[in-house]
Amino acid sequence: MTNTETTTRGAVVIRGGLVVDRTGERRADVAVSADGCIAEVAAEIDPHGAPVLDAAGCVVAPGFVDLHTHLRQPGKEEAETIESGAWCAVTGGYTAVVAMPNTTPPIDSAAVVREVLELGRAALCDVYTTGAITEGRAGERLAPLAEMADLGVRMFTDDGTGVQDDRLMRRAFEYARGLGVTLAQHCEVDALAAGGHMHEGEWSARLGIPGQPAESEDLMVARDLLLAERTGAPAHFQHLSTARSVAMVREAKARGLAVTAEATTHHFTLTHAACASYDPVFKVNPPLRTDEDVAAVRAGLADGTIDVIATDHAPHTQESKELPFDQAPPGMLGLETALALALTELDLPLVRLVELLSSRPAEIGRMADRHGGPIAAGRPANLCVFDPQTRWTVEPAKSRSRSRNIPYAGREVRGRVRHTLVDGRPVLVDGELRP
Amino acid sequence: MKHLLSVADLDADDFEELFRLSDSFAEVSARRIPKVPALRGRTVVSLFFEDSTRTRLSFETAAKRLGADTMTFSVASSSMRKGESVRDTIETIDAMGVDAMVVRHGSAGVPQRITDWTDVSVVNAGDGWHEHPTQALLDAYTLRGRFGSLAGRRVAIVGDIAHSRVARSNVVAFSTLGAEVILVAPATLLPPSLDGWPVKVTEDLDGVIDSVDVLYLLRMQRERMTEHLVPSLREYSRRFGLDHARADRLRDGAVVLHPGPMNRGVEIAGDVVDRAELAVVDQVRNGVAVRMAVLWSMLGAGTDLVAEPDEQQGAQQ
Amino acid sequence: MAERERRLTPPFGGVFVARTRVMTSDDTERAVWRMAHEILERNHGIDDVLLVGLQTGGVPLARNLADALERIEEGASVVVGTLDVAFYRDDIGLRPVLPEATTDIPYDLTGRTVVLVDDVLFTGRTIRAALDALTDFGRPRAVQLAVMVDRGHRELPIRPDYVGKNLPTRRDEVVNVGPDGVDLGEMVK
Repeated sequence: MTNTETTTRGAVVIRGGLVVDRTGERRADVAVSADGCIAEVAAEIDPHGAPVLDAAGCVVAPGFVDLHTHLRQPGKEEAETIESGAWCAVTGGYTAVVAMPNTTPPIDSAAVVREVLELGRAALCDVYTTGAITEGRAGERLAPLAEMADLGVRMFTDDGTGVQDDRLMRRAFEYARGLGVTLAQHCEVDALAAGGHMHEGEWSARLGIPGQPAESEDLMVARDLLLAERTGAPAHFQHLSTARSVAMVREAKARGLAVTAEATTHHFTLTHAACASYDPVFKVNPPLRTDEDVAAVRAGLADGTIDVIATDHAPHTQESKELPFDQAPPGMLGLETALALALTELDLPLVRLVELLSSRPAEIGRMADRHGGPIAAGRPANLCVFDPQTRWTVEPAKSRSRSRNIPYAGREVRGRVRHTLVDGRPVLVDGELRP
Repeated sequence: MKHLLSVADLDADDFEELFRLSDSFAEVSARRIPKVPALRGRTVVSLFFEDSTRTRLSFETAAKRLGADTMTFSVASSSMRKGESVRDTIETIDAMGVDAMVVRHGSAGVPQRITDWTDVSVVNAGDGWHEHPTQALLDAYTLRGRFGSLAGRRVAIVGDIAHSRVARSNVVAFSTLGAEVILVAPATLLPPSLDGWPVKVTEDLDGVIDSVDVLYLLRMQRERMTEHLVPSLREYSRRFGLDHARADRLRDGAVVLHPGPMNRGVEIAGDVVDRAELAVVDQVRNGVAVRMAVLWSMLGAGTDLVAEPDEQQGAQQ
Repeated sequence: MAERERRLTPPFGGVFVARTRVMTSDDTERAVWRMAHEILERNHGIDDVLLVGLQTGGVPLARNLADALERIEEGASVVVGTLDVAFYRDDIGLRPVLPEATTDIPYDLTGRTVVLVDDVLFTGRTIRAALDALTDFGRPRAVQLAVMVDRGHRELPIRPDYVGKNLPTRRDEVVNVGPDGVDLGEMVK
């Protein structure tokens, strides 16, 4: 920066970067105007004294959108708050996150939606929220979907658990269709998965940890595909983790179903072998699975079967992650490492990565008016600038989360976010927060 | 040996070394005063997050016969609030200055995790469904006493393999020592995957009973009935229990082992219990000697020590 | 003793290299014969006398002494026990200590005379451990000590009753008692 006046919204020029959005990539500078929108995208922009963000050697992309973030507020503020979750988000290049409803109380009514959105307004990035499909996420009665939709909720899920009751799920799809909202499912059949704490297979057998079979996910994916087809409602599959569910979604898309799917960074990076340490930092739901499943998830990301890379950022306190493996809660942090893992682990073109991290999630989350690009004059300046070549070592202690449950400690990764702009305001500059 | 967490950490030479030590300690245990001052001044704490009076007594007897002081941290599963921090407990005990922790826990992996939180030696005295290494050592030691060597012997392990830490440890121990291991169980009682397990599998106990040297009967837990794993204990007993008719078909010299406590009438018919093939008493007696060997290897043998060469010369004679 | 430890524990490992033969096998045989007579003389016979060889170097010497005693006292039967003092040593935790072989004391020692037998007497710590160990097997009337070589450098108030040879040594030398005689040398890595 050449100017100290960087923390307020003002004209900024991002210089020297490679602009990448779903329309392609080009060498260009980006000028942001004082109203928070992109003023100009051109090969060379003279800043005329405006502050400059250096982007030499970097990619300038639309800010990332996480469709799957656990912000833990209200109820578990010792693990994360909306404020600290947003710090992690902008550190990872995210300009928008979608909160999951498994808070205490759960986000299953207009009142809680209002509270979350209110808290979100003070956060460094845009905070959207899902609503629960069923009251209390208990899977018994439909939650007031319309009431929440009126407040802007566009995705509903009972995430943390799947809706077990087939009839209830059918009604939910039918009802949601009329509201123009999307139902997202955490696919897990409790009857098969209950009591399990990791993927059921070679490693669970060896480690003596009760397993969750892949079929517990596959069955619910199959059911929801059938129900989505019957009702014509859009269905979004959260954190796909098995080869079979990826295959089923691929087949459904080929038949023209309006279904979308996400995969998490850990499900394309880690396998169940990691659980051999018995460290619950590797406990997550759906569980880390086999090499074949990882390969299937990667193939799904490459061929478009999977639309979105999500983080399933799930903070848990140190104490709870020091419990025995079968007592510790599932979940791992993800916002700060997602881009680096995608660059390190996936051999995908930048344009495709931007689609997976930004454009598609913005569309599915119905926020494409603000997020997901393209990077063009007049669009809101929700942007991130990352250096795709920087190598760094993941250190959980340096996380901006209130929690430390990052399963990549000591891993060397490639690609780091330098700057993040939300509505034209640089909230992350050279890796430092500018609150 | 710093810790004993898993049988998989031991190779055949380690087993032989522990067996040789166990011989020495079996002799000590047979003395009029069955006690040596080998670990005088050392403190061994048994941390039983899950009740097991037999195993705890066996370890504490072993420690006392070595002259060590013992402390017991016994937590009835009911009184320790689920979710209470194991780490806090470990750090508290660590601060008291102990030399070894003998850990039993209902969750797999806890002894291994504890080694991250303390520098003292940790013995796994049973963790969830995972492992029970000293049980495997004493079983293998008992069989070595009967057969001299396990190499080439056929061992059938019968029953609930999936939920058995004893089975997991014994499969590794027996195969490391050269035995052929056959698992006899319906698929519901087998682990979900046997990839990498050096075993054969059958559901037909009668098909193998006359060809095995060792019949290892696992304890069948009654609560498995509610999990759709077997239709009834009666049916289990008929297919996989040891009755007289099956016992009569055992080879001469074959041995029957059970980790205890036995469910008479389930794994084994009540009146078969007194037959000569049963080596359960040997198992219990050997348990103390084997656990002495383990504690000695960790705290007394000092094979990981480095001393000044001239000091060593002085002590050699 | 301790050959196994030398092999098993790399930091201490080494090979004994003999420099000087200090006793031939004839010398040791004559020494055994003399010590046997001294034992008989001192104890007025062999009744109630038990030889206990310390594992492992003392055991063959104890057997040789027993043979000699039985040849001198016709019709006598001399009992030889064995004792492994590994678990009684005071240097546990300071250096590798591994039990060499089993202990076999065939009966209660109360009221008997025990002759501890070892190949080399050096610091005296092994004998101290052996005295401790013996108390677990009863209360002997008396305990005596027979060694083939007393090489000095005592660290405890212990002296032998029967000695094959007094051999002045440097502390860093090693005395090796074998079937062919006694050698003085050192350990070479």
